[in-house]
Amino acid sequence: MSGWVLKVGKELLQRIHAHGVETYPHECCGAILGRDSDASREVLDLLPLANRRNDSPRNRFEVTPDDVRLAEKTASEKKIELIGWYHSHPDAPARPSEFDREHAWPWYSYIIVSVQKGEPRDTTSWRLHDDRAAYDPEAIETVAHSASA
Amino acid sequence: MPVIVMIPTPLRAYAGRQERVQLQAATVGEALSALTHQFADLKKHLFTDDGRLRSFVNVYVNDEDIRYLQKDQTPVREGDVVSIVPSIAGGCVNRAG
Repeated sequence: MSGWVLKVGKELLQRIHAHGVETYPHECCGAILGRDSDASREVLDLLPLANRRNDSPRNRFEVTPDDVRLAEKTASEKKIELIGWYHSHPDAPARPSEFDREHAWPWYSYIIVSVQKGEPRDTTSWRLHDDRAAYDPEAIETVAHSASA
Repeated sequence: MPVIVMIPTPLRAYAGRQERVQLQAATVGEALSALTHQFADLKKHLFTDDGRLRSFVNVYVNDEDIRYLQKDQTPVREGDVVSIVPSIAGGCVNRAG
């Protein structure tokens, strides 16, 4: 086991699920904002974004560099950090695909929610290995209330 | 001439935890080459095995995307800021769009 843990407030997790349901059967995507330290990483806010992959939104998502810069600016204004990204897998498992891995960045947390027939199911989180060869699972620890961002 | 390269958060661990690195370069290509020479672990995250910039790695000189300038031959001048900005992509397996 990797030992990575991502703390997420129940309400924030529900917002990710709701976004996946809202865009179903297309993939949703958004930025994860929070705090990171050697000891722990916690999600404190989300920035839902438009899936820019208009040609294949059922099985692909894309966040443009302009949206990445918007997410960084939003995090900075809230005095927190851009710590990762979430997206949905409509009618597919909450496991990273080879396409996910090829396009992933290290350090970021990647939350995936599986949305089956319009209903949110499994939710997982992952971090890319330093050598880009694979992902490590990151345990999601659901907390009752997130600290205010 | 001295230029500043801004390192995005996910890559700072491979660049001595620095947000910005000052390098000597006359073009964007030279700046990235000097950067990966200084911090070898950055290379695999910025370039493919055959040496091309990865498709989700975007490079700006000040606020201009180098794809719309002269790509890696884009000249840089003293005080220019070269920013590495991620784009994010992914998606599930084996489903037609």
